[in-house]
Amino acid sequence: MVLSAADKSNVKGVFAKIGGQAEEYGADALERMFVTYPQTKTYFPHFDLGKGSAQVKGHGKKVAAALVEAVNNIDDLAGALSKLSDLHAQKLRVDPVNFKLLGQCFLVVVATRNPSLLTPEVHASLDKFLCAVGTVLTAKYR
Amino acid sequence: MVHWSAEEKQLITSVWAKVNVEECGAEALARLLIVYPWTQRFFSDFGNLSSPTAIIGNPKVRAHGKKVLTSFGEAIKNLDNLKGTYSKLSELHCDKLHVDPENFRLLGDILVIVLASHLGRDFTPVCQFAWQKLMGVVAHALAHKYH
Repeated sequence: MVLSAADKSNVKGVFAKIGGQAEEYGADALERMFVTYPQTKTYFPHFDLGKGSAQVKGHGKKVAAALVEAVNNIDDLAGALSKLSDLHAQKLRVDPVNFKLLGQCFLVVVATRNPSLLTPEVHASLDKFLCAVGTVLTAKYR
Repeated sequence: MVHWSAEEKQLITSVWAKVNVEECGAEALARLLIVYPWTQRFFSDFGNLSSPTAIIGNPKVRAHGKKVLTSFGEAIKNLDNLKGTYSKLSELHCDKLHVDPENFRLLGDILVIVLASHLGRDFTPVCQFAWQKLMGVVAHALAHKYH
């Protein structure tokens, strides 16, 4: 799956619009993922996953920062996410299916907070981008 | 049989009460065809699907989207017997339409996003939980008669 020029432009547009709120979007997406897909909590036995958890907020910030970094280097996702890819392959080993779940939750967050931003074309581009990120993060699994 | 808590049922019905079936159905099907273009394979007789604009404006897409979402309404009235409710539709999707059940999952995810965009913050995480559960159960029921 290849990101077209239009896809890249759409994705950059979304993150430009989200701006400094990216951290909130990240935290929101994580919270939604833990509630919507409880099995994802199994990767965070060491976290307080209650509502408003500072750890979840902190982790959401990290996830958002990684996405922003990816967007800023959208022409070389593999390069930009290489260290995170190593981390997920060697240490975290999150089953690949879960990246789709987080991706779904991120899209839902954009839809709830900024519905006019998520036109069908932007929705398609953002979905492709999130899939591409998941693919990179799991690329070195075996 | 799937167990629905009172809270889950309430979350499902309260969201459904706010849904414009014709609009949301049309939007969900259009987005499915745009976001996952390979799903267009089932609609070769729908006419012009050549661009997002064409898809969104396509009257057959709108009509079929409304049909699909209307059937959800039936499911919501029969949460305790989804397999029964969808038995005939399941056979139809297998024997006549030849639709890979994975497509039900894709449409379910799209529908959740459409609901989220219409309800905003009212589409809380627990709402999403109940609705993603419903999507999963509906997809399972629609695939149940496959052979």
